[in-house]
Amino acid sequence: MILAKVLGPVVSTVKNEALKGRSLFVVRPVRGDSSLAALAQNDLGGGSFLALDSVQAGPGDLVIVNREGNSCRQILENDLAPINALIVGIVDEKTL
Amino acid sequence: MNLGRVVGVVVSTVKVDSLKGVKFYVVEPQNEKGEKIGDLLVAAETVSSRVGDRVIWVSSREAALAMEETFTPVDGAIIGIVDSVDVGMET
Repeated sequence: MILAKVLGPVVSTVKNEALKGRSLFVVRPVRGDSSLAALAQNDLGGGSFLALDSVQAGPGDLVIVNREGNSCRQILENDLAPINALIVGIVDEKTL
Repeated sequence: MNLGRVVGVVVSTVKVDSLKGVKFYVVEPQNEKGEKIGDLLVAAETVSSRVGDRVIWVSSREAALAMEETFTPVDGAIIGIVDSVDVGMET
């Protein structure tokens, strides 16, 4: 799992069934090297990608993103969901 | 999962049996601003998108899961057509 910031929603009408009923967000990870310094400063240097929401996150939130397909499918309780990034938590605070 | 734009069509007659009837597009990966962020890739089409559409695509094992036959040699698939991306002031 990684830390990322929610940038905003992607609106899509025609999409895979597994994506329906949930928000899809553009998220930008805290810099790819995930060094303590980068994490401490929320250094958002990583390339953005899309993540499905499972915790009612919103734009501006710092979130925990799971980037492993099988665990995403377990949470969604859908063995065939073509999902490999899921927001699984909203960060209240972190101490490093 | 990522954003991208369909920039071309790939036609292949001789292919693996499980890919028969599957349409392939050339997709340009893009970021939320619509800027190109990587090399072109070939992705299987699953949502009736067309050339020029901005799309949601997925790579690796998850791409095959988007197909009707999920045990198929596909590592890139288009799983949604983008209506809009709203990143407001964040970018």
